[in-house]
Amino acid sequence: MAKVLPKTDVVTVGVGWFGGIVAAELTKAGYNVVGLDKGKEKNIKDYQLTHDEVRYPIRGEGYQKLTKETYTYRNTLDQEATPIRDKATSVIGEGIGGGGSHWGAQTHRYYPYDFEIKTKTIEKYGDGKIPTDMTIQDWGITYDELEPYFDKFEKMAGISGEPDPNYPERSNPYPNPPLKKSEALRLFEETTKQMGYQPFMIPTGTVSQSYTNPDGQQLNACQYCAFCGSNYCEYGAKADPVVTVIPTAQKTGKFDLRTHAKVTRVLHDGQKATGVLYQDTRTGEEFEQPADLVVLTSYVFNNVRLLLLSGIGEPYNPQTGTGVIGKNFTDHHGITISFGLFDDKKFNNYAATGAYGMAITDYTGDLFDHTNLDFIHGGQIELRITGTAPIANNLTAPGTSTWGKDFKRESLFYANRSLMVFTQKATMPFKNHYLDLDPNYKDENSDPLIRITWDYSNNDRGIHDFLQQKHIEILEEMKATHILPVPIPEHYTGGLAFQHNGGGVIMGSDPTNSAINNYLQMWDMDNLFVCGASAFPHFSATNPTTTAAALTYRATEGMIQFLKNGGGQLVVAKNEKQLV
Amino acid sequence: MSEQEKNNPILDKRSSRRTFIKNSGLTVGGLVLGGAIGSLIGKEEVPTQQQAVSGVVHETNDYSEALQFFTRTEDFNALAAATEQIYPEDEHGPGAIKLGVPYYIDKQLASPWGRNADDYMERPFNNGATPLNRGDIMIQGIRKLNDVANTKHQMAFNAISEDEQIIILQDFESGNIELPLVSSAEFFGLLRQLTIEGCYCDPMHGGNKNMEGWKMREFPGAYMSFIDVVESKEFVVKNPISLSNHLH
Repeated sequence: MAKVLPKTDVVTVGVGWFGGIVAAELTKAGYNVVGLDKGKEKNIKDYQLTHDEVRYPIRGEGYQKLTKETYTYRNTLDQEATPIRDKATSVIGEGIGGGGSHWGAQTHRYYPYDFEIKTKTIEKYGDGKIPTDMTIQDWGITYDELEPYFDKFEKMAGISGEPDPNYPERSNPYPNPPLKKSEALRLFEETTKQMGYQPFMIPTGTVSQSYTNPDGQQLNACQYCAFCGSNYCEYGAKADPVVTVIPTAQKTGKFDLRTHAKVTRVLHDGQKATGVLYQDTRTGEEFEQPADLVVLTSYVFNNVRLLLLSGIGEPYNPQTGTGVIGKNFTDHHGITISFGLFDDKKFNNYAATGAYGMAITDYTGDLFDHTNLDFIHGGQIELRITGTAPIANNLTAPGTSTWGKDFKRESLFYANRSLMVFTQKATMPFKNHYLDLDPNYKDENSDPLIRITWDYSNNDRGIHDFLQQKHIEILEEMKATHILPVPIPEHYTGGLAFQHNGGGVIMGSDPTNSAINNYLQMWDMDNLFVCGASAFPHFSATNPTTTAAALTYRATEGMIQFLKNGGGQLVVAKNEKQLV
Repeated sequence: MSEQEKNNPILDKRSSRRTFIKNSGLTVGGLVLGGAIGSLIGKEEVPTQQQAVSGVVHETNDYSEALQFFTRTEDFNALAAATEQIYPEDEHGPGAIKLGVPYYIDKQLASPWGRNADDYMERPFNNGATPLNRGDIMIQGIRKLNDVANTKHQMAFNAISEDEQIIILQDFESGNIELPLVSSAEFFGLLRQLTIEGCYCDPMHGGNKNMEGWKMREFPGAYMSFIDVVESKEFVVKNPISLSNHLH
């Protein structure tokens, strides 16, 4: 029998960025918050001595062990799914801070087009532009409504950047100036400006100068040491829940953070959540934590899995297109990359940060005419410098063997002579891409694993071909000796590379096609909120954290209102079918 | 490093001579790790403990070069020869053997990673997944290297010519060799990955001896800061430093 603990106001499942934001905002408002995380406690003292390529990026020291639990994937509905077995190919963050401790900290806002993608696409191109199996929908919120919360996240995280000339004016400048420009970035900037583009420094949470955020937390100035994405920041120079929102919650005295606490069910009476059931991962002992408000703030997979295991919401059915839990799942790891090798130039690329680079947004959203293109949306073109970690970076001229004498000579020659042009593609949802429970594979409690059904779409391939051509043009102008365009894989193979998954518990304005409202509150259960990129109806071109965090900041206002008013839906549901 | 050290084959367990004087030259621009991280930022150079004791001559044996995982020396010899073909010694500098790669691989396979301790290993293993752990795959593949060499040339893998070794490795790489429960291509992929890791890992793991792997590619290693270099127009070569520099 589970031991029943005293009731709290709010319980969060997971204590990364979104659990940390909820804990900080709700404790500051005077509520008691219990944060449950299945991983370990950590703080900045654990971040020392992390300049180790083998231990961190290669073996995945900062990632969750898969010993007891993983996820499975398949490409199509008729296949049997395979579990991801190797810990290093699943990069879900371990312990408090979650993925926010090992992220690269690239922090673009999603574009105005994203939030009204269906309406805007039909307005301009007609219904026929959207393939029948592409399940895009509006998000139930606009960019302007979300702008103050983008701003709030950026101030909390000390984002360093400069405005993107293609997108709306910001209500406030970035709290810190952009990072310094290396010679490689200056070359990209000069070349692309001559080509008529408007490059800008990528905004990032590796802060350019010493900064104190509105909560009084200090971030130090980034040192360009390049042990960044996949690593923890030894300097405390990278925005991370462990050095920002978690200590902010802790200093209120109202945050009860419990580690090694794996939530196995959301408890409910069919109408309302009563709390959560969790397990001490060391002893197996079970606890029931009652709460007025339950907030799911773990990674996309676990948010969806907990709802399915707890019998909350209608599971999505790809045959009929009905149901919402698991719907519109997207994977955003299929990056389009083109390398340039420069026989006559050497770059100091060992000096870098997790999101060090410049970007061009001319081919994002609907900034360019798609009339004669076989895809919608697009992607940024970025020059990205991620360091020269020597195990991972061994480029050679085309036709060279991957080992032996030629490999050694060529990979040494190009070790400091390569540049990477990089596009993260906006990823559209499809009827047959979704999450559900795997029928074969289980965790240590005999609960089924989450199963991904997903593959690259024609939309992805269209964006890839279109943008890689632009990469090649830029690298030619930059006078690369060799250009190595990396092809799009034939099929999705389940690895994560970053933590860029979306959907499964999507937001919207209509309960028949969305699971949560624009305060991330479940339509079916008023006192249950689900935060994170699981709310995204589609995945835009760039990294998810800024938009997911902005939605979560807004959601915390809804949670406070909900607790003050003693319950109720914060948004009046619409039926989109009746409106048409 | 001295010529004498350069000529020391890694597999030969003679003691190597090191001095703190030599190491002190590697700390230029480096920062000592300290509790008060913020206080270090912006400082140009901080003297290290190594500099403080410079002049002390210190004799060491490399007692870490023995086998934790492999049980048969013939397996280890075949492994060493295979890694050297993947990353050979040439005019740029040492190959896998002198960089310590075979010992690196032995230590990795003896670690929890070699036993897939953090991986999901529940049955069934479908769709080409192998039930073997990494150590099993390596032992099996290496013994097959010797089997194939014996069949074709009546000698152990490390005793045949370089060209003969390369042809056999290419056969493994293309998946042409039968192995139980795993493809020879998967074994070769693991062997190649481990070899590259051993050439370029932090030296504390047993490979990249004296940071010579890093020196060949002008990789500076575990610096705390490159704020002095990031905007430079010209390429800047820095003497590499390793993680041991952060502790001592």
